[in-house]
Amino acid sequence: MSARQSILGTIRRSLGVTGAEAPRRKAVADRIAGHPSGVIPARGQQPARERLDLFVAMVEAAAGSVARVQDFAAVPAEVSAFLRRHNLPMAAQRGADPLLAELPWERGGALEVSTARTQTNQLAAVSHAFGAVAETGTVVMLSGADNPTALNFLPDNHIVVLDAREVTGDYETIWQRLRDKFGAGILPRTVNLITGPSRSADIEQTLILGAHGPRRLHVILVEGDRP
Amino acid sequence: MSHATSPRFKDNARAALADAELQNALKFVEVNFVARRREVADKLPEFDALRDSARDIKNHTLAHLDLYLEAYEAKVLAAGGHVHYAETAEDARRIILDLCKSFGAKTVTKGKSMVAEEIGLNDHLEANGIAPIETDLGEYIIQLRHEMPSHIIAPAVHLTKAQIEADFRRVHTHLPADRNLVEPTSLLAEARAVLREKFLAADVGITGANFLIAETGTSVIVTNEGNGDLTQTLPKAHIVLASIEKLVPTLEDMSQLMRVLARSATGQEMSVYTTLSTGPRRPVDPDGPSDYHVVILDNGRSSMLGGDFRDMLRCIRCGACMNHCPVYHAVGGHAYGSVYPGPMGAVLTPSLIGIDQAGHLPNASTFCGRCEEVCPVRIPLPRMMRSWREREFERHLSPLTVRTGLGLWGFFVRRPRLYGLATALMARLLALIGRRHGRFGWLPLASGWTRSRDFPAPEGATFQAQWKARSTKR
Repeated sequence: MSARQSILGTIRRSLGVTGAEAPRRKAVADRIAGHPSGVIPARGQQPARERLDLFVAMVEAAAGSVARVQDFAAVPAEVSAFLRRHNLPMAAQRGADPLLAELPWERGGALEVSTARTQTNQLAAVSHAFGAVAETGTVVMLSGADNPTALNFLPDNHIVVLDAREVTGDYETIWQRLRDKFGAGILPRTVNLITGPSRSADIEQTLILGAHGPRRLHVILVEGDRP
Repeated sequence: MSHATSPRFKDNARAALADAELQNALKFVEVNFVARRREVADKLPEFDALRDSARDIKNHTLAHLDLYLEAYEAKVLAAGGHVHYAETAEDARRIILDLCKSFGAKTVTKGKSMVAEEIGLNDHLEANGIAPIETDLGEYIIQLRHEMPSHIIAPAVHLTKAQIEADFRRVHTHLPADRNLVEPTSLLAEARAVLREKFLAADVGITGANFLIAETGTSVIVTNEGNGDLTQTLPKAHIVLASIEKLVPTLEDMSQLMRVLARSATGQEMSVYTTLSTGPRRPVDPDGPSDYHVVILDNGRSSMLGGDFRDMLRCIRCGACMNHCPVYHAVGGHAYGSVYPGPMGAVLTPSLIGIDQAGHLPNASTFCGRCEEVCPVRIPLPRMMRSWREREFERHLSPLTVRTGLGLWGFFVRRPRLYGLATALMARLLALIGRRHGRFGWLPLASGWTRSRDFPAPEGATFQAQWKARSTKR
């Protein structure tokens, strides 16, 4: 007997079932198809303006930073400003994301934004978020050529461009958007929920930012229209 | 679990109490974890409702575990991944070693995984010529010291920064000897630089999983450092090691558990990185592993489903029970002598290594009930510790003094009048003798108690007598 059969057999013996019971199979199929939400905190369930304010407050509470800009054309200047504020080289890396590709990067002054393959010593990266959750100040990133997963973790500084209309109150809205985009039960290789910059408290419970991932997470929240 | 020292718990605990450096490190546990959890729990009005929801989801999943496993497996396969089943720790070690060999691995990076500790994976890989590298800072530190984790979410919580500095100087000999490592930030920066090279060189990345989602065939890890993500993104193969009870039905169910996990564990609203991995990299992906394997471990859990300890399988490994445990605060995690310390370990370890080996653990409790009070999935830990004590007694594993004492007590409580007379006599006698000091520094047959603390002198009348007096007054 295979290990699989043996484990399933012991589980069924312990539960006193055969695995063929129609009501049990229906309960499981129904739950997966219906994916009931459970308890959703009221905190995120607010009108757009309050929801955005909550998102910003939660990112900052998690030691991240947020810049609110009026339109996408203002993003390059904000990327420059962020790099300058922290005395960083005027360079950043990005993936093939079409929205990022169309931004007027020349407005960033001396800023150089490249799509070269991930360099481990790259100090900054720019990604475009799939969405965000106001409840905890969490940005949601999807893997793929547009926004490679490694860019979320390898650079010291991670800059996330976020469309304010994609900031939802709760995680559940994000799951539904993913189902709408990829189909029920299907996800991209990696979905990253990121709340603030990397940290560790493993040495005497002293909180230090920048453990293995970025030591800074900067969200550029775009409140106006796309270019 | 081959090095379990649980049978020596009493000696371990005595040594821990006398260990000044350990006591120094432990003082942080009680203050930080407890206060932070309280603070974030108070900020979320729905917290207790979410705990009920989390408990119900786990109960539902356990009651249908065979079917959710099948559904999960089908989804992993559909996404291009592989699923392996391991009945025992030995099976899991063999499967993972074979996989590592098939990828020609020389070094593997590891995200933090308690199940990997449970099966003793590192020693096995090392013995077979493959170098495992722990990448969570706490796990990295204890790997350098060849120790077990002393806490399930803060593995190096028993160490002071001076001890960690000494270890880094001992091991990182390629760095200048006169470098400054006084501040925790410099220790972290050094570990980050050393491990960054290891991430880039590793052939295989091994992680655990906080959740496995049946709806999508996804494994989920929750971390703060980002080490788990580099572990599972950079190498050519990603191996997930997870036990059967990590299953949850849907993304929504996972979200309910996620909302109580970080709050109960570190007192964060949300951990920094919650990462959902589904299958290997897709043709369009510029990064990620080309191979994705999940090793599902049973190791006795499927049998636990049918017995008194089924509720223990709800555990999401947040560590709140040990953070709130007065016994853990006093002796730390290593005294328990197994990878799972504290109240959850006192219940789980006997299931894994046998009550004959781990009998001391369910006895190392004051039954204050704080563990159950803070458990995010409401596991009745004190009741289950009591069940283990009963089994230990039934199997004649308790020491003779305990058995004789319990036998004597049993004789009297079955004869209420005699019990009342005897206790009234004793209470009066002890009150008389202890009148002057109000306490005893020594009592015959009670040296186990009086060796380390005084025994208070009774007031003169027994509880029952006082109760009776009060009731008649009313």
